[in-house]
Amino acid sequence: MKSSWPLRMVVGFARFWWDFLVGDTPELFVAAVVILGVVAVIRLGAHENALAVAALPLLAVAALGVSLSRARRR
Amino acid sequence: MLLVTTSSSQFVLVAAVFLASAVEMVEALTIVVAVGHTEGWRPALRGSFVAVLTLAALVAVVGPALTKVPLDALRLVVGGVLLIFGLQWLRKAILRASGLLAKHDEDAIYQRTVEKIDADAAARQNHRVAFVLAFKGVFLEGLEVVIIVLTLGASARRLGLASLSALAALLIVGGVGIVVARQLSKVPENAMKMTVGVLLVSYGTFFSGEGLKIRWPGDDAALVVLVAFFAVVTWLFVTWVRPSRDVVVSS
Repeated sequence: MKSSWPLRMVVGFARFWWDFLVGDTPELFVAAVVILGVVAVIRLGAHENALAVAALPLLAVAALGVSLSRARRR
Repeated sequence: MLLVTTSSSQFVLVAAVFLASAVEMVEALTIVVAVGHTEGWRPALRGSFVAVLTLAALVAVVGPALTKVPLDALRLVVGGVLLIFGLQWLRKAILRASGLLAKHDEDAIYQRTVEKIDADAAARQNHRVAFVLAFKGVFLEGLEVVIIVLTLGASARRLGLASLSALAALLIVGGVGIVVARQLSKVPENAMKMTVGVLLVSYGTFFSGEGLKIRWPGDDAALVVLVAFFAVVTWLFVTWVRPSRDVVVSS
């Protein structure tokens, strides 16, 4: 049975964001969420600005490194 | 000092939006040129025009609404999205530069689009198929541009500047496309994609940090430092990932 156009629109919209944010690299999506969580704890919980300044870019680099390492092993 | 940091962050904004728009528009233009050459320019241009109008309407509706969102919350969400998107672009560009992933092939996209139109020839729906293909190509690639324009522009509170950068990319890529037509595969797309990846990750890091109330040393000038940092890291990753084996992965 063919679904109605509003449903198709919603499914299409959800699929677009899934492809856009997750796509074929779910590890980068998960890593970004974890990074922001960790940095939020450092900055807003422990009130450490300098550590948060260093942690955010370094964790992003680590996430990229892990993802590249996975691709390299494939 | 304030003037220097503001103009440097504006330069990064313009560069990020312009290059990202140019990369996506090259991909869209490949499809439009394939449709135009195969089935005539009228349905190709009509499909493109309707897609651009739809995208412009999207910016006009969503853009002003985004400026009403509290800045910290907006920057955290937008920063997160840019961080994910930028890391994806950077990963792909690094894998392509190191030879582990096949380069984006505009010639292959051109060929696939022509084959799709030919396959529908029997159904005598060519004009409709050509219109839909051109519309989808421009709309889907353009949607990524819209997201970049809206997220970067709204977070920097410079939506007009971001929109103008995207418009400049549209005019330049469109103009060049008319001249070179089928030679879009000559565009150094991976280098552009890598640059955009560096800029998006830098912006994503900067904005998400601001959203989390991080006080960056040097304020906006930190953005330039982040760009330099991620550029060096990217170069190191390309060197590290480059294999001794000549295997190409598919993703």
